Amino acid sequence: MTLTWDMQDAKSTDDRDVVLEVKDLRVHYATPLGDVIACNGISFKVYEGETVGLVGESGCGKTTTAMGVLRLVQPPGRIVEGEVLLDGVDVLSLNEEELRRVRWNQISLIPQGAMNSLNPVMRVKDQIGDAIQTHESRAREAVKERILELLNLVGLPARVYNMYPHELSGGMKQRVCIAMAIALNPSLVIADEFTSALDVIVQRVVAQTMLDVKDRLGMSMILIGHDMGLQAQLVDRIAVMYAGNIVEIAPVEDIFEESLHPYTQLLIESIPSIKERKPLKVTEGLTHDLRNPPPGCIFQFRCPYVMEHCREVEPPLRELKPLHEVACHLFEEQDGKIVDISDESVV
Amino acid sequence: MRGLTPGYLIRRLGMFVLTVWLGATLIFIIPRLAPSDPVAAMVSRLLAQSGSVEGSAEMIEAWRARFGLDAPPLIQYLRYMRNMLTFNLGYSLTSFPSEVEDMVVRALPWTLGVLSIATVVSFVLGNTVGALLAWRRTPGLVRTLLPLSFTFTAIPFFMLGILLIYIFAFGLDWFPVSGAYGRALTHNWNWEFVKSVIHHGTLPALSIVVTSMGFWGLGMRGMMITTDGEDYMILAQAKGLHPRRIFWLYGVRNALLPQFTALALNLGLIAGGSVLVEYIFAYPGMGYLLYQGIVNTDYTLIQGIVFIMIMGTALGVLMIDLLYPFIDPRITYETR
Ligand SMILES: Nc1ncnc2c1ncn2[C@@H]1O[C@H](COP(=O)(O)OP(=O)(O)OP(=O)(O)O)[C@@H](O)[C@H]1O
Ligand SMILES: [Mg+2]
Repeated sequence: MTLTWDMQDAKSTDDRDVVLEVKDLRVHYATPLGDVIACNGISFKVYEGETVGLVGESGCGKTTTAMGVLRLVQPPGRIVEGEVLLDGVDVLSLNEEELRRVRWNQISLIPQGAMNSLNPVMRVKDQIGDAIQTHESRAREAVKERILELLNLVGLPARVYNMYPHELSGGMKQRVCIAMAIALNPSLVIADEFTSALDVIVQRVVAQTMLDVKDRLGMSMILIGHDMGLQAQLVDRIAVMYAGNIVEIAPVEDIFEESLHPYTQLLIESIPSIKERKPLKVTEGLTHDLRNPPPGCIFQFRCPYVMEHCREVEPPLRELKPLHEVACHLFEEQDGKIVDISDESVV
Repeated sequence: MRGLTPGYLIRRLGMFVLTVWLGATLIFIIPRLAPSDPVAAMVSRLLAQSGSVEGSAEMIEAWRARFGLDAPPLIQYLRYMRNMLTFNLGYSLTSFPSEVEDMVVRALPWTLGVLSIATVVSFVLGNTVGALLAWRRTPGLVRTLLPLSFTFTAIPFFMLGILLIYIFAFGLDWFPVSGAYGRALTHNWNWEFVKSVIHHGTLPALSIVVTSMGFWGLGMRGMMITTDGEDYMILAQAKGLHPRRIFWLYGVRNALLPQFTALALNLGLIAGGSVLVEYIFAYPGMGYLLYQGIVNTDYTLIQGIVFIMIMGTALGVLMIDLLYPFIDPRITYETR
């Protein structure tokens, strides 16, 4: 298969405003046996109005990356270095008060544990209300109106306004978290596995709500998850993470049709299908200890195509075609084509 | 439905009645299991004073009848229960003409005053210090100094009481050694009197506060650390709320819930602790009265005081229980 791309198309995407640019973000967790490198030099961009999916197996550092971007890494974790440019301003260099003003106004979070993310002793109205009132001085009536509007937007009945979290179902709590996240129309929302605690049906409904809301408000999103199927329907681009590194990042169609990195391929192959029964693909070798990554490629222990070179030199994340970046020695760009160097074939 | 549901109210009231009844019954049974006969002991003491031995048997019988001790146990029990429930606590055995009820009424305000103020102060102070200790934003200097306030927890409070008397009463002469108010003053509520009462109550209250606040503080610190890791704390930060709001409304507000339970559970201990404190400071409260009752084997007095103490403690627990649904909206649902 030969691919030549349309330069015109690529140009138009690049022209869009960048809402978030993460540069070489490194987050370590201190442990008695040395630092766990949970986020090992992550770089990516999120464009205006775009949804970027962040996928990867459990423990690869998705939540850590999100927390790094929000500057909310909890001890024993710490941000070692990097830049997080939000609308051009480095979040990591703000002082406490500046940071506090940026939060929720410009960047909000739908947390991974939405079930436990609501304060059990505060009513829904007060929890959404304090987010609004901390950042905007609005009259009490206006705040109430806004909250009711938000609840309506995420498909919740108005009576939720006066309820406590324990009176809500899981799906309802999830929606409250969504309503809260969009309360101030932030430019970026980070949703960390916001549907993982829900059953499949509710999952789709909540995801649909999310899509509707996003379309209406036009904000950018980072959608974290490991459900590739759900991601395929929700995101514009996918970043694949493995052991603290982004190994491939590309538009969603590219990922599903011509993914390059062996790990991405593995992830896609492991999407279960009801129609056809395939043996579960188990890869030999576990992920290395995140405390001491091996020299060379981080995926070497599980990669079926591993070469001598891979054990020595770390592959950089390279843009092999517009918006499609991959960190793998297997591929080279030659005359506008991507070539698999193991057998000289064109991908 | 939220807050005080009728079911919850009935359950808690039931617990209260049960506690008081069980306590009263125990007070009834225990002295009767003791080998010594209080009436015989008292009569022989009286006779020893007057020197005559004649008619002692008749006298004992007369006294037994006087106190109703000749009736069958069940009748005694029913009578006793009726008396207790109507707060008819009977006559003191050793200072006969005075009624237990009067003695209790005289002593109760002192204990209630010192004990409740000391408990509230200790609870508030201990919890605040504990919460600040656990909070990451607390300045380092404060965080190293605050634990000093807990060092006295290791000392039994009667020891501290003695220490306080030694330093502040004997040594520095800042506070009086004993009593509840100056001897020269009459019992009426003018400013002079109030000042004297506060002056006298300070050391006893202080010894309770200083030794018990560490208990609350250490508990609160642990609870705050647990709470701090909760998802809602992280989300509160993500929302960009003011740190003070996060501390009080998200952190302390949640960490305090188990502390209230602990307070309810400890009211009995606190009440019991007052006996020693009042004894050391010769403070004329319930504890001191109980001590005198025990020394004089004054059964009716002991019985009356212990009953009132059980009643008071149970009332305190009931109050906390009834307050609880208002501080924790989840509570009425747990029994479903
Ligand atoms: N407090 C901590 N102390 C030490 N290591 C930690 C700590 N928190 C996370 N880690 C490590 O950091 C790595 C990344 O964790 P993270 O929570 O970001 O993973 P994740 O990709 O979000 O996983 P999941 O899909 O399960 O949510 C994990 O390997 C984990 O073991
Ligand atoms: Mg996670």
